[in-house]
Amino acid sequence: MSAPRIAAGPWGWMRARLFRGPVDTAITFACLYLLWLAVPPVLDWLVLSASWVGDSRDACTDGGACWVFVRVRFAQFMYGFYPEAERWRVNLAGLLVAALVALLFLPAFRGKRAVAGVLLAVAVPGIVILLSGGVLGLRPVETRDWGGLMVTVFMALYGAILAVPVSLLLALGRQSKLPVVRALSILYVEFWRGVPIIAIIFLASNLLPLIVPAGVTVDKLARALIGLALVISAYMAEVIRGGLLAIPKGQYEAARSLGLGYWTGTRLVILPQAIRIVIPSLVNEFIALFKNTTLVLIVSLFDLLGMIQSALADPKWVGLNLEGYVFAGIVFWIVCFAMSRWSQRLERRLERRPN
Amino acid sequence: MPFTDSILRPGRLLHDGRVRGWLAQLAIALGVLGLVWYFVDNAGQNLARSGVATGFDFMGARSGVDIDFKLIEYGPDSSYARLLLVGIANTLFVSAFGIVLATVLGFAVGIGRLSQNWLLQGFSTIYVEAVRNVPLLLFVLLWYYLVIRGLPAPRQSIDLFGAGFVNNRGVFLPSPVAGAPFYAVPAAFAAGVLATLVLRRWARARQDATGRPFPVFEAGLALVAGLPLLAAVVAALATPWNWPALRGFGVRGGVAVIPEFLALLAALGTYTAAFIAEIVRGGILSVTRGQREAAAALGLSRRQVLRLVVLPQAMRVIIPPLTSQYVNLVKNSSYAAVIAYPEIVSVFVGSALNNTGRAVEIIAITLAIYLAINVSVSLLMTWYSARTATAAR
Repeated sequence: MSAPRIAAGPWGWMRARLFRGPVDTAITFACLYLLWLAVPPVLDWLVLSASWVGDSRDACTDGGACWVFVRVRFAQFMYGFYPEAERWRVNLAGLLVAALVALLFLPAFRGKRAVAGVLLAVAVPGIVILLSGGVLGLRPVETRDWGGLMVTVFMALYGAILAVPVSLLLALGRQSKLPVVRALSILYVEFWRGVPIIAIIFLASNLLPLIVPAGVTVDKLARALIGLALVISAYMAEVIRGGLLAIPKGQYEAARSLGLGYWTGTRLVILPQAIRIVIPSLVNEFIALFKNTTLVLIVSLFDLLGMIQSALADPKWVGLNLEGYVFAGIVFWIVCFAMSRWSQRLERRLERRPN
Repeated sequence: MPFTDSILRPGRLLHDGRVRGWLAQLAIALGVLGLVWYFVDNAGQNLARSGVATGFDFMGARSGVDIDFKLIEYGPDSSYARLLLVGIANTLFVSAFGIVLATVLGFAVGIGRLSQNWLLQGFSTIYVEAVRNVPLLLFVLLWYYLVIRGLPAPRQSIDLFGAGFVNNRGVFLPSPVAGAPFYAVPAAFAAGVLATLVLRRWARARQDATGRPFPVFEAGLALVAGLPLLAAVVAALATPWNWPALRGFGVRGGVAVIPEFLALLAALGTYTAAFIAEIVRGGILSVTRGQREAAAALGLSRRQVLRLVVLPQAMRVIIPPLTSQYVNLVKNSSYAAVIAYPEIVSVFVGSALNNTGRAVEIIAITLAIYLAINVSVSLLMTWYSARTATAAR
């Protein structure tokens, strides 16, 4: 038997992690070859030969990416066709969203709950009023002028706000002892989870105007939003149900033996524990929702990707798809990656906490 | 005796838990029914006012929709029912290939994430993180652009070793002339499965009796994959073929696979693979180290440890979420509506709805098809988990 190899130092590390044996060495060289093949041209296109300044396509002469396109259209990618003079309203709404997000990350302080409550109570109706206007002397801006990243964030945020309460009730309903309630919850959840989101968005945009009384119109953006919320509420309900199932039976019994009724016991004992368990998974559902907002493109609403797609139809910029897609990809990636990292951190923190 | 108590004193009936439960259920049921009735009533009135015809009679009418990619006989003179069938066939077709691609890529990446090799592990991690955090729609659009722009024009077609051509109009392959004996392939597959089952029984009986093992897995793989392959080769040799040929700006003859199919397949495959990779990684990690060590202590070889101990346990964890990824892939094939690959949503909710205006009927049919697919898969899964649950000790 030979002596064990020394695995310390950079050379030892390389031997252990890169050149362990003939197969491993072959894999390493294959990977290096791939890197050599892919990285230089990609880097060259993205950065080195890219054109950054200018105000039209003619400025793109270096053969690399034409970032001029993104620069010139940047405002549209963010605000859509929102009137220029009114864009401060979008910025203010964005600030409200940022404040909400910041509050999530702040460590606990006295009165945090109250601050969060007030902020939510202000922001949820506030953002809608700010963006659509028509009251408080704000000029009305129709949703067909909305677009870009603003719509993406709006849809995801309000989709979640609509879906969370519904999904809570559905999750409780599916665990309920009442057969009618249980059956209805199962039907709802399984129906919406069983069909593609695209079909639901088509359904919402075609059928919602049909089922409201004559004379009532449902805004196109609101239709897509309701469609997204219907689907996401079903998925979130399953996540929350998972949390309810994870609560030991003793907790339910303890709540009952304290004389708490169903609603009080659920509110004070069960839900606080269940929600804490499922928050990481809920964040993952939110990421899925954020990505799925791109589908509103099929009913001619323009989120970030829709705005890019419509900019590419402009003869001035036709053919610059790669630049547009890479830009959209980077924006989505940053937001989703940050959220998934955050959810992983929450999960680790939960695992450390003794039950 | 709370119940008799409440009968004796009707005033306290409302405080009885069971009575309240039934009352609440009644109220909810009435509320839901009322809401549904309200919606249906509104829809009826709105439809009557707008004068749109209703009913499913349109299914038999001439569709007038032309489809450039079909697996079954279809033309603009065919009915809407036939159009729906074309859509269903195309959905299943792209999904089947997508599932194979996603599974192969997903297992490779998932195992790569657990590799000792630092570079391979890094590559796999970057792949998963890059793909998971980007919308699928972006993938579909990006792949569509890459396929259309990346492939050469018909005049510079890539020659597939004389068997066909690839250009930006699609992939052109030889097609068998009608009447080819390819029905032998599924028959050979069925025979292979049957033979494997018989072989497994025999091998088990022999090992129980004599202790000598038989390589059932390898032999079964050879039977299940080899027999159909052999049948396909024989059938192909016995068939006259219709070869594609470059003619001017296009390709004549043979069978064409449209670029939309390639783009959708690539997008679905690469996207779903990232999710499958995570499932595979989780499954393999779920088999505890003690299991491997115990198996090694029994004197099993590395291959045997993997095949007899690790994989069966990992697969039990992997298969349920893997199936739900497959179902997701089938549902996600509807993203084709954006690039006009003619699957269910694209031909039915797109073209047919535009032509007929019968939104309620068409959307109902479409949803019913997806729900049917979903229900059958979940029934299969219930059966599977019941089976593996009894195997668990």
